[in-house]
Amino acid sequence: MSETTKPSENLNIVIVGHVDHGKSTLLGRLYADTGSLPDGKLDKVRAICKQQGKEFEYAFLFDAFLEEQEQGITIDTARTFFMWKGRQYIIIDAPGHKEFLKNMISGAARAEAALLLIDALEGVREQSKKHGYLLSLLGVRQFAVVVNKMDLVGYRQDVFDGIEKEYREFLGQFKAVPSQFVPVSAKLGDNIANRSKQMSWYSGPTVLETLSAFQKEAARSEQPLRLPVQDVYKFDARRIITGRITAGRLKVGDHLVFSPSNKRANIRTVEAFNIEPQPTEGQAGQSIGVTLDEQIFVERGEVASHQEHLPLVSTAFRANLFWLGKRPLEKGRKYLLRVATKEVDCEVASIHRIIDTMDLAQQQGSSTISKNQVAELTLRTKAPVAFDLSTSFESTGRFVLVDEYDIAGGGIITELVHDDQEFLREEARRRDFAWVKGEVTVEDRAQQYGHRAAVVLITGGRHTSKSFLARKLEGRLVADGRHAYLLDGENLRRGLDADLSEEERGQTTEMARRYGEVARLLTDTGLIVVSTTNPFGLAYREASQAIRTLVHPAPVIAVHMSKSEEEPPPNTDVVLSGPTDFDAATARILDELKRRGVLAQAIGAKPIFQYSI
Amino acid sequence: MKHLRQLEDQSVYILREAYKHFDNLAMLWSMGKDSTVLLWLARKAFFGHVPFPLLHVDTSYKIPAMIEYRDRLAREWGLNLVVGQNKEALAAGMNHTMGRVVCCTALKTNGLKQLLENKGYTGVILGVRADEEGTRAKERYFSPRDKHGDWDFRDQPPELWDQYKTTFPPGTHIRIHPLLDWTEINIWEYIKLENIPFIDLYLDKGDGTRYRSLGCAPCTSPIRSTAKSVDDIIEELRHTTVAERSGRAQDEGRGMELLRKDGYM
Repeated sequence: MSETTKPSENLNIVIVGHVDHGKSTLLGRLYADTGSLPDGKLDKVRAICKQQGKEFEYAFLFDAFLEEQEQGITIDTARTFFMWKGRQYIIIDAPGHKEFLKNMISGAARAEAALLLIDALEGVREQSKKHGYLLSLLGVRQFAVVVNKMDLVGYRQDVFDGIEKEYREFLGQFKAVPSQFVPVSAKLGDNIANRSKQMSWYSGPTVLETLSAFQKEAARSEQPLRLPVQDVYKFDARRIITGRITAGRLKVGDHLVFSPSNKRANIRTVEAFNIEPQPTEGQAGQSIGVTLDEQIFVERGEVASHQEHLPLVSTAFRANLFWLGKRPLEKGRKYLLRVATKEVDCEVASIHRIIDTMDLAQQQGSSTISKNQVAELTLRTKAPVAFDLSTSFESTGRFVLVDEYDIAGGGIITELVHDDQEFLREEARRRDFAWVKGEVTVEDRAQQYGHRAAVVLITGGRHTSKSFLARKLEGRLVADGRHAYLLDGENLRRGLDADLSEEERGQTTEMARRYGEVARLLTDTGLIVVSTTNPFGLAYREASQAIRTLVHPAPVIAVHMSKSEEEPPPNTDVVLSGPTDFDAATARILDELKRRGVLAQAIGAKPIFQYSI
Repeated sequence: MKHLRQLEDQSVYILREAYKHFDNLAMLWSMGKDSTVLLWLARKAFFGHVPFPLLHVDTSYKIPAMIEYRDRLAREWGLNLVVGQNKEALAAGMNHTMGRVVCCTALKTNGLKQLLENKGYTGVILGVRADEEGTRAKERYFSPRDKHGDWDFRDQPPELWDQYKTTFPPGTHIRIHPLLDWTEINIWEYIKLENIPFIDLYLDKGDGTRYRSLGCAPCTSPIRSTAKSVDDIIEELRHTTVAERSGRAQDEGRGMELLRKDGYM
């Protein structure tokens, strides 16, 4: 009889292993022997078997699709529910067949613990190893190995011991340690729910006892705070920032920093529906909503934390990845990266090695990763991303890659890769944290001017009339009643940069840094700054990256001018190929400013701002 | 209670993901216990608002009390209710005596497909639970359907951690299942915890029977039970060994697998 006391917790368990090693049979037997099946279920499946003229198997209890029953394999992960000693188990039966690896991974990715099955007769097989390695990669640290079909090897202890030794050695190479090895016969019910009379040499726990011994995941609420922003709602007067706390805890009054934008505010309220009294705190695991004491503009993908424990920010990281895509993963191709709620374009900068999960041999020098392969690589993103190392934080330390419409790979972040913008980001972060504000807020300025601050940065090679367009745009903006200013690099060269040596002027770095800080001051005054990368010559790509990092969080509207078909720098908003009609070019930039919400209102209209920068 | 809050947090996260990714989103509401809990979770996720329409595919054979309850909650909670019906099939005299799979396909599956097509919904949220029935145990939280509404269970997208399939080629749509990890007991425990209004057809009103699962009147029968309150139901479910959908005729044989491959809920 099943033990149906009130559950105090639930635990997600996945059963993995090579095809035909008996996962579905184990599951069926576990349910049958604990009295967890509904009335008539066994009889119904027995009747179907008889009708189809085949022997009854416990596996049929959960292989629901006709095709699965006909072929005797599990095609897709099934979730089943099982109550034992006050704990509700959600058991995920993951397919072992190579073809269905993505289904196995889907099952394992949501598990807190795993049972890994090995057939005593066949021994350790390809998928036994691959699954063991993937469990480790997926972050499933609690697992037990179940050696099945002991009846087929005469219940011999030496066979069991041999498998245990071989498999422990394999797991030891990547420091995975199973909690238990259990010898069983799922078909005959040995050591599943009931102790086997055939294997008196085994004194360890049964499968059921092994499940009971798995621990609920250690509370991530003791870690530093991580709240990836999922969405921002404004259904009524409240502007509610929502998300699932993936680590740590927060409470009303806490000072939050949003990365990578470095915007900051205090928590004013924790919002909830049908909870009395209104909560004042939240912790890891909860899907919550908070309002802030300042109207800062944050969006999905930013990670909120406390100032003492900020996430890492970079445009590159090293990772371990498994690939499930129909097409191979290619170096240099563009993919969409998702880390927590952030989505950003990325490319594979380098593939360090491909790992053969059979013997953990490493293959180097490949420029593609095929379906079902595991590799170490470096990813480079188009814009800075906030993340953590997977060894420190689970949720913000892992990612997926999307190829066209499909999630095609997943992985864990193992190392921060320093990029060339790092010192500028650090400077911007330190400066933003210490920024001394006047009594006039950015919203006040936006209300007064009828637009938000922004930088329009015109990039491109020499002799593309960037300056001419910038002047035209400034004129047009001011004629329309906007507060715009042409920041010409030449003025900085002769003034602010006059102390630089000839050599320093030849290098982009310090020039761009000074330029960016001046632009940041101007945007803080609420201006639309119109500028070009003229002073940087052919180094305009590097300079535009540096300026973008420093003026952040003001939006940069990037306009690229070119007389050839060259590829514009990353994040370019408007591409103009050697315009001859400068009025049309100006109109396109104005449209882009409207689309980005910089020019929110027509002049004279009463400005209504939901947010400001 | 802690495990109910875990389920709630997960479902709320899924609902918010759905709302973020799909401009043309709707939620199916059959007025049964599951889809009403789902509706309640939407009010949780969006702080008292339900920012998408609720669809009801009316077969015309529903128990009248269900329609009264539907219209009352829609009024009280300010819901945007959209009712669809396969009028052609009904005009041609479709009913359960023509065969259950035939009738369900015409009035429910095709009724739903017509509604989705007419309104151009690209994401539909449903209160399907994995423990209800075998093929539902294999569902994803975000489950794509092709332009004919068919489900390719052989090639379902991977779901890694909290990352779901949210992009897909034009012409297809996604079914979203925030309740997959809930069991029947969890649903009733949550109704009790949150004090969610439900239809009293689920309770014994003196004749020693109640409905355990609600569907069309001709194809759903009450079970023997003296449960007169939510507490009684929870107590009964802790000890029952009778399948939840044993009163649902469509589950007999392979009916459900055939229906679901073709686009049934």
